[in-house]
Amino acid sequence: MRGLLTAALVGGLAAPAAGQVAVRAGVLHTVAGAPIEDAVVVAAADGAIEWVGPAAEASVPAGVEVLEAAVVTPGLVDAHSVVGLAGALNSDVGQVRDQDQLDKSAPIQPELRAVDAYDAAETLVDWVRSYGVTTLHTGHGPGALISGQTMIVKTRGRTAEEATIVPARMLAATLGGAVSSNFRSPGTAAKGVAMLRAALLGARAYGEQVRRAEEAGQDAPAPPARDLAREALGRVLSGELSLLVTANTVTEIGAALRLRREFGFDLVLDGAAESYLLLDEIRAAGVPVVLHPPMSRVRNGSFETAAALAAAGIPFAIQTGFEGYVPKTRVLLWEAAIAAANGLGPERALAAVTLDAARILGIDERVGSIEVGKDADLALFDGDPFEYTTHICGVIIEAEVLSRECR
Amino acid sequence: MKRAFGALVLVPALAASQPAPAAGQDAAHVFRGAYLLPISSPPIESGVLVVQGGAIVAVGGADLASPPGAVEHDLTGRVLMPGVVDSHSHVGSVSGGDRSSPLHPDVRALDSIDVASDSFWRARAGGITTVNVMPGSGHLMSGQTVYLKLRAGGRTVEDWLLCDDPLTDVCGGMKMANGTNSLREPPFPGTRARSAALVRGLYHEARAYVERQAGRADGDPPAARDLRMEALAEVLAGERIVQHHTHRHNDIATVLRLREEFGFRVVIQHGTEAWKLADELAAAGVPVSITSIDAPGGKEETIDWTLEAGAILERAGVDVAFNTDDFITDSRLLLRSAALAVRNGMSRAKALEALTLAPARMLGLADRVGSLEAGKDADFVVLSGDPFSVYATVQQTWVEGRLIFDRSNPEHRRYAVGGHDVYRTTAEEEAVLRRLLEGEGG
Repeated sequence: MRGLLTAALVGGLAAPAAGQVAVRAGVLHTVAGAPIEDAVVVAAADGAIEWVGPAAEASVPAGVEVLEAAVVTPGLVDAHSVVGLAGALNSDVGQVRDQDQLDKSAPIQPELRAVDAYDAAETLVDWVRSYGVTTLHTGHGPGALISGQTMIVKTRGRTAEEATIVPARMLAATLGGAVSSNFRSPGTAAKGVAMLRAALLGARAYGEQVRRAEEAGQDAPAPPARDLAREALGRVLSGELSLLVTANTVTEIGAALRLRREFGFDLVLDGAAESYLLLDEIRAAGVPVVLHPPMSRVRNGSFETAAALAAAGIPFAIQTGFEGYVPKTRVLLWEAAIAAANGLGPERALAAVTLDAARILGIDERVGSIEVGKDADLALFDGDPFEYTTHICGVIIEAEVLSRECR
Repeated sequence: MKRAFGALVLVPALAASQPAPAAGQDAAHVFRGAYLLPISSPPIESGVLVVQGGAIVAVGGADLASPPGAVEHDLTGRVLMPGVVDSHSHVGSVSGGDRSSPLHPDVRALDSIDVASDSFWRARAGGITTVNVMPGSGHLMSGQTVYLKLRAGGRTVEDWLLCDDPLTDVCGGMKMANGTNSLREPPFPGTRARSAALVRGLYHEARAYVERQAGRADGDPPAARDLRMEALAEVLAGERIVQHHTHRHNDIATVLRLREEFGFRVVIQHGTEAWKLADELAAAGVPVSITSIDAPGGKEETIDWTLEAGAILERAGVDVAFNTDDFITDSRLLLRSAALAVRNGMSRAKALEALTLAPARMLGLADRVGSLEAGKDADFVVLSGDPFSVYATVQQTWVEGRLIFDRSNPEHRRYAVGGHDVYRTTAEEEAVLRRLLEGEGG
């Protein structure tokens, strides 16, 4: 490909704007539609995609850099991670402490904001971006009934503010034994659900108190003192935030669905190792799944769960999750590859780490596919992205070329 | 330009009705038509492998004739390579020394192996036929490792040994470790230098023991047995290879210094920063068995981990293997580690060797396993495609002429993909194992 760019491609009327960039792809996986052979994407200086189509019809302003790659996909969207709160050193002591995804002082802490902990300079942010992840749903991790809030970032920027595209997106909840290993209470799975129900009921009552006070106007009793925890839970009850429930067993998934029926919140199932045993129930509830990384050794996990969810018509995305000790599931590309090779197929696997993930996160207007008007987030490859021996040869976020060497 | 997606054309599944040969059968078995990777010689298009009595009889091209009465296996479109040798694994519920001491040369891993462990199925499904099962790295010396062959129908660990008799033979290596995993409260060392001093003291004790034994006359009364010293004497004699967990460059240098002082054979296990000492390792002729993860870190001493390690070591002339360190990485995915090294500059030939013949050398077993050569054990893997493709699957694993994994058998296939009630070892149990093996967190 390199060096074959024809003069016909270049020479539009408009002068190039600073920061504009174009990419020519042997195969362009827009994910929004069928792959396009020999295609061009033009990114505007404001970071949006300006033009997509066959190279033969392309008109790139003179002077605009044109990167070339055999295969181009949307920048990858990791549907759930703790990168930026959890760091590479996996140290929770002393000056090199870099584990901020779980506070163990109380089992329910919905008031913990991810933006207050996200380290934009963390090594792992660069690492995951170098393997194609441009959008990261990150924040508080599994291990508490409610560990805190999650956020959505682009994998660039010097501060949380620069990186953030959604400052609060979900509350991270966990059901089952994983919680009891971190807290004296809940000591059982049933106690954990009871505590969550009580917390949600308390938030509902608090919300009503606040509303009554607002409606009554000047004659009202004093409104209740600000309660950050109940306010955050209230945002789940109002549908403003989703509840991301880590539930791996049939029992835990069942409890999550039951909680949703009782409180009517927007549920996203996380982990969902045994989801293949409850496909009908999950589909009937219309609940999306953010599947555990296929290579994580979760109990009863299967390389074929992604394929089972796809066949059942359940919306799902693949995540990298978190493994602190000896990193094994940090590269989203290779997790999706295992699903691709185990019944899902590469096209669906790509969707599970781009557009389908963006839909579950509610940011598909902006990222997840290569379409005019969307963010110019692109990943460049020299072959099938899922092949172990293929290299990623460029990562672009909002028209900014962040890497261009093959690795 | 490479074609994206679907470039790999899979051939139809193997004929399901082929008979599985049993050990001791007289008939030869001929595997014909596969792309053959003998490792010790160049690849053969449409190759032929002839097996009889558990051993390889002949390896050749399409013109190699079958012996009379041989059972024919058509492997057209498949890839056939030697059984994978995993030079570092913790499958089989292995344990080693306890907290009573940092040094346990007398403790044998083979006394702890659960041959019924489902973790051995992960290995079979990954094409692994020979495995060095090791106790952990939470000790300076956690015990004797055991080399196992995953033969069909194992009922006790004796059925899987590569030695004749564990009471008299060397049946594995000696697991040692340095760096942070083995730093703990006394009697464990608290510093790196203390770690080395404890090990040196022990080896000097062993050297004195060996000299005493050599000085004994025929008529002397029998000396009291000393299980610790006997095992270390085997190390000093070069019969028992030291399998040394070590990550950081200064810890690797310490291993080379100990080797210089005591002259033992040693394999660098993990060797996260071995790439920084590639020339020194090459000059010493010390090989490295790499555990390949997918990001730097997890702890301070592995922050300089790189996927380019295999290529750098290869260029320097260091013998390289890839291991699973199972449960750290999955035995089903060992081929992946080599593939990622190829992505990062290692040659395909050396990466294939790093899964087979190189680890066989590191276990002192290269005369029996690791390549397809007449006279060697008939251990091999049949793949659906390129061993370095994520889309290729292990179709069959054979040990000494017997089929130990067959993906077309649903009972076997489930171990390749996982699912409900497939693996008994859970994440939580692995976390417990981790603490036991690595000495983390008490």
